Amino acid sequence: MKVKMLSRNPDNYVRETKLDLQRVPRNYDPTLHPFEVPREYVRALNATKLERVFAKPFLASLDGHRDGVNCLAKHPKSLATVLSGACDGEVRIWNLTKRKCIRTIQAHEGFVRGICTRFCGTSFFTVGDDKTVKHWKMDGPGYGEEEEPLHTILGKTVYTGIDHHWKEAVFATCGQQVDIWDEQRTSPICSMTWGFDSISSVKFNPIETFLLGSCASDRNIVLYDMRQATPLKKVILDMRTNTICWNPMEAFIFTAANEDYNLYTFDMRALDTPVMVHMDHVSAVLDVDYSPTGKEFVSASFDKSIRIFPVDKSRSREVYHTKRMQHVICVKWTSDSKYIMCGSDEMNIRLWKANASEKLGVLTSREKAAKDYNQKLKEKFQHHPHIKRIARHRHLPKSIYSQIQEQRIMKEARRRKEVNRLKHSKPGSVSIVPEKKKHIVAVVK
Amino acid sequence: METASKPGRDVQPKKARLQTKKKKPRRYWEEEATLTAAGASPGPPRNKKRNRELRPQRPKNINIPKKSRIPGKPQCPKKPREQRNLEPQRNLSGAQDPFPGPAPVPEEVARKFRRIDKSKKLPHSKSKTRSRLEVAEAEEEEISIKAARSELLLAEEPGFLEGEDGEDTAKIRQAEIVEAVDIASAAKHFDLNLRQFGPYRLNYSPVGRHLAFGGHRGHVATLDWVTKRLMCEINVMEAVQDIRFLHSEALFAVAQNRWLHIYDNQGIELHCIRRCDRVTRLEFLPFHFLLATASETGFLTYLDVSVGKIVAALNARAGRLDVMTKNPYNAVIHLGHSNGTVSLWSPAMKEPLAKILCHRGGVRAVAVDSTGTYMATSGLDHQLKIFDLRGMFQPLSARTLPLGAGHLAFSQRGLLAAGMSDVVNIWMGQGMASPPSLEQPYLTHRLSGHVHGLHFCPFEDVLGLGHSGGITSMLVPGAAEPNFDGLENNPYRSQKQRQEWEVKALLEKVPAELICLDPRALAEVDVISLEQEKKERIERLGYDPEAKAPFQPKPKQKGHSSTASLVKRKRKVMDKEHRDKVRQSLEQQPQKQEKKAKPLKARPSALDRFVR
Repeated sequence: MKVKMLSRNPDNYVRETKLDLQRVPRNYDPTLHPFEVPREYVRALNATKLERVFAKPFLASLDGHRDGVNCLAKHPKSLATVLSGACDGEVRIWNLTKRKCIRTIQAHEGFVRGICTRFCGTSFFTVGDDKTVKHWKMDGPGYGEEEEPLHTILGKTVYTGIDHHWKEAVFATCGQQVDIWDEQRTSPICSMTWGFDSISSVKFNPIETFLLGSCASDRNIVLYDMRQATPLKKVILDMRTNTICWNPMEAFIFTAANEDYNLYTFDMRALDTPVMVHMDHVSAVLDVDYSPTGKEFVSASFDKSIRIFPVDKSRSREVYHTKRMQHVICVKWTSDSKYIMCGSDEMNIRLWKANASEKLGVLTSREKAAKDYNQKLKEKFQHHPHIKRIARHRHLPKSIYSQIQEQRIMKEARRRKEVNRLKHSKPGSVSIVPEKKKHIVAVVK
Repeated sequence: METASKPGRDVQPKKARLQTKKKKPRRYWEEEATLTAAGASPGPPRNKKRNRELRPQRPKNINIPKKSRIPGKPQCPKKPREQRNLEPQRNLSGAQDPFPGPAPVPEEVARKFRRIDKSKKLPHSKSKTRSRLEVAEAEEEEISIKAARSELLLAEEPGFLEGEDGEDTAKIRQAEIVEAVDIASAAKHFDLNLRQFGPYRLNYSPVGRHLAFGGHRGHVATLDWVTKRLMCEINVMEAVQDIRFLHSEALFAVAQNRWLHIYDNQGIELHCIRRCDRVTRLEFLPFHFLLATASETGFLTYLDVSVGKIVAALNARAGRLDVMTKNPYNAVIHLGHSNGTVSLWSPAMKEPLAKILCHRGGVRAVAVDSTGTYMATSGLDHQLKIFDLRGMFQPLSARTLPLGAGHLAFSQRGLLAAGMSDVVNIWMGQGMASPPSLEQPYLTHRLSGHVHGLHFCPFEDVLGLGHSGGITSMLVPGAAEPNFDGLENNPYRSQKQRQEWEVKALLEKVPAELICLDPRALAEVDVISLEQEKKERIERLGYDPEAKAPFQPKPKQKGHSSTASLVKRKRKVMDKEHRDKVRQSLEQQPQKQEKKAKPLKARPSALDRFVR
């Protein structure tokens, strides 16, 4: 007879002294871990609930401007520095870590229409209603010196926007035409127009650095190549586009913030159909900015809220609003992709977390592991109705909420009419136009 | 561990064969070099072994799902293996790695950890979703291989009992085993002589350190049976029908003659639950914190012990319930009835999930093994049957016992114990994950009284027996899982660890509504409701938004795109689609005809009109 009984030596399983860590032998056999899926589901549910509990995105409000904030600019080299221009011609430079204004310049008379930093971070440009382009040093003047711009260019017409080239000493302004300037000269290298209208914004492509996009109030978005004297092509939409933003990771993708409450993500190569129509705002979208990862963007709207959209989703994943925040005019996603800044009508710049429930500061390794695990669980069970409902739920101000309901009814009525028309007409004579194609009027080359 | 290999596997790869053919006659000056090469690489046997064993699938190879669909076959990317065989890696020193590549994993072990049933086809979906699903599958595959590889780190080996050649292990008596094993194990065999409080029911705590037992004359006690330290001892002055530990050893429930009572580890009565009256059997579902009670009145009641609410009270409509067991795999309760059926219950449903006709007479005992694969039943017809719970509940084996088994229990490693009046028989399966074979018992033991309760101790090779003469702790080598998981049920946990575990367990309490036959269903794609939703959407919209648009030929280069050619191309595609449709309908027709033909086969009879 050969016999062996299971006999464990407790010394292998119990810690030796109280100072030791407890021993935890593991066995991953599935029979010892029954109900794996239901337990993971419950964990995912708990994680989703906690995410909503900890969703406190608002970090700080930077006050100091004496009029509505009209434009924002990020510093290319310093994460903590932000520039803002207001409607009274004042430019302020902020330190985000201290949450204080470090410099104030009375830059223009009337609005500061546009502000942009040079790629090296040593200077910045502003344009204003006083028909000037001013070039400023980033550092303040020394003791006893006067606050003066490095250069001032006097133009003939009002400039409404400015953007600097990503690599060269070239910048572009827009107004009645798109002008490309050399920093050293006082007259533009070239001016490009297509029709006669006021152009509201111009943006350099961050990767294909010779490309520019602009949007004008005659409802079109025009693309230019700096190396040519003429524009490339344009797309005409239903309503006017306020601004565009290029995807920093995919050179050919850009998103346009439109007056018809939608955002359109275009592929530059095929402008006749947008890649995605982003719907959720209930008023005109005024500004848009991409996250440095290129996966998401943030939009500011006249409806007093900002929303975060994934690039490939038509609905927003997040909406931020506060009682005091009025029409949001400009928005920026910081270069570390962790924060969002927005400047609004009531003179404040607000700082938000990009991920509402994220814990700030250094995480311990256990915290990090738990966070990653919860993230994976939430991802795995995101489509379960109960979890989806909790993850999607957002409190909205009454004005936005009722607007959404109203627009839903209107949309439903339009759809019903369309379907009725389809039903009662000769087959093939009426076709359903998909949402993506509905808002594009024409593409001109 | 041996793995099933394909018949053609042992044949050498084609290229290798070619090499052997071309082999030059050996020269004496070559001898040294070839010898060293042979010494460095064991050659063909190693190759053979490696061919048989499973290697981790690289994510690169996820795009060949068709081939990897065959379940249970070693999946090995072919190309890399061949490359490896042909040009083994050499170090700078010229030495060859004798075991190149990642460590092999036995197929059987990897299968244990595999969660995805690859025999099921993925639902039809868009290419993006599909590729995502495929990536997820590949990840799971990799995880299962990693888990299988970590099996190497397990510290303990299971126990065993083997006779000398020809010796029947069933003849070996407990005294002989006790004599042969070490002192610590021998101390696990003991008898408690408690004849005056008459037949005992007993229960081990989930970690296996504690034993609670209650006698029919009201004697209730719990003890740390490893150290033999008595935790509490009371007399409830009432007949005790059943006793069961709740989620930890600090609480236990006692089904007394009238009501259900809950005591703590000092024997203080915490609750008297009057809504559960005349309870005959108790079962505790640890992950749901549900105490299931079967009563004489025919009700199956689920009590949530974490909040103290009754979750469901189900009327089984089958008279007195006194045979009950839980399925540890899916928390479904099995009830045995006097008409020979076993019904499966979940608190989410008012009706049984399934009913299985098991015996001619009434069902006396039911037990389900820890993997939820096999169910053992015994009935008044003196039969002991084993059923497969996967799929159609097929009986696998049956055996008639002279007295019939009154009590059944499965151990963690799949041993089946049956109590027949004062004899206990234990059967063992052939290997892991196989049902116990009922021909030859593995062990037998005769007690001093009639068996009234059986319970295998978790994580110890011990079977607890409650009988009319008291309690017996019987040694059953090879019954228990040798390696416990420290985060689930840890027999050596400290009080602090227990408290932490309790908080976590409460946070992860699985809702009672999720109990169903397949606990993995929650992670699968719900195709039925998806299709339903799609249908509703089409109805609501008035058209199918995902429908394929009619073919529109793309304009070709200048001069090649005449109207006639456009129409021709359009016609071509349309004709092809039409042909496909006709072919499909033709394929379906014979099947339909067969279906229709079947009822006509039997000759019509005048009595058919009475068939309902």
